[in-house]
Amino acid sequence: MKAPPFRYARPRTLDAALKLLADEGDGARLLAGGQSLVPALNMRLLEPALLIDINGLSELTGIAETAGGIRVGALTRHAALGASTIVARRAPLLTAAVPFIAHEAIRNRGTFGGSMAQADPAAELPACIVALDAQLEIAGPRGRRCAAARDFFKGVYETALAHDEILVAAEIPAQRGATLFLELARRQGDYAIAGLAGWAAVRQDRIAEARLVFFGTDIRAVEAKAASAALATSLDAAVAALDRDLTPVADLNASAAMKRHLAGALLRRACAAALTRAA
Amino acid sequence: MSETVTIRLTVNGAPVERTIAPRLNLVDFLRDEIGLTGTHWSCEHGACGACTVRVDGEIVRGCLIFAVQLDGATVETIEGMSESGALADLQAAFHARNAVQCGFCSAGMLLTADALLRHNPAPSRDEIRAALSGNYCRCTGYHAIVDAVADAAHQRAQRR
Repeated sequence: MKAPPFRYARPRTLDAALKLLADEGDGARLLAGGQSLVPALNMRLLEPALLIDINGLSELTGIAETAGGIRVGALTRHAALGASTIVARRAPLLTAAVPFIAHEAIRNRGTFGGSMAQADPAAELPACIVALDAQLEIAGPRGRRCAAARDFFKGVYETALAHDEILVAAEIPAQRGATLFLELARRQGDYAIAGLAGWAAVRQDRIAEARLVFFGTDIRAVEAKAASAALATSLDAAVAALDRDLTPVADLNASAAMKRHLAGALLRRACAAALTRAA
Repeated sequence: MSETVTIRLTVNGAPVERTIAPRLNLVDFLRDEIGLTGTHWSCEHGACGACTVRVDGEIVRGCLIFAVQLDGATVETIEGMSESGALADLQAAFHARNAVQCGFCSAGMLLTADALLRHNPAPSRDEIRAALSGNYCRCTGYHAIVDAVADAAHQRAQRR
């Protein structure tokens, strides 16, 4: 199908975009990469009165190294994120995740900030951002604010962003361990049935510290704190502890029980890979 | 904000100016406004890859971008890429390997394969399959297409 009619605006500054958003109210949608929004328009799931094309906002672009890590502008395309040497050095989890996002033609348009704002529970980047403890910088009519990534994602397509706010960038601390990234999907490029994003610090053939975030299982990316803590006991204990961390939700691909099983399998594979790489 | 917007862009090397409704996607713009029907639309939600075109040198889904967004952009379609000879070796390999049956997916397949070879001149078969995974073909079963892309990569490597 084709998109319904809408008015189109392409503001040149963030302030102008915020004003358009405030003036139009609920009838406006932001257009960044459009790789989730345009399908929704074509399928008539949304009928916004106004599309505000934010692709011209230079305030939202760029990847920069900071004292503590990196700053990634919301308009960064997935392809640019995946190709960045700064990202590969400071937050290699993101570099590992990018090839799993859809396909090249989509990665050339889709944006980092769009993935955050869309908050698909099976998307790769929100899970990575939670695992990396990022802060999300948000602009609104009342000025700037920051939200911790772990508080940003609320549910299926639901975030802490208000309708009159725009995500500007993420401040991402340097990654503190070896990359853990695995996902299971029926076909290359599909959203994950279950995925694991995180990092592990391996010392003396043991995982001394780990951050484990599961995606595709629950209504949002979930940090598996009980499983991380239980890794000190054993891998079996960690897999069992996922019962306390996860509340899997069935979808068209898999039952809740299957997702719970796959999460355990991913945890075993990821830990084995981390220990093998460190050996 | 009027109901139509005037855009100026370059399509296959030629300047184009049109006044269009914002809801017009790039595929319909190319087919209905410019008369370039080599770019196909099918799923219209980014799944099938039949609408693949190049915008500013990189492949995109034509169904997931509105023409109104492309003021000042450079667009290349299968017609322009064929006439320039940029795809001649891939097209010959598709022909030789019988990688074309109905032809509906071929424009997207060729542009996607070309993008792969530009970024990765010596891809493995797994890498070829991964790169083409966003382009559906309902005829060939894909093996012949993977064979053709592998042949073209091999030939390009020998020419260097």
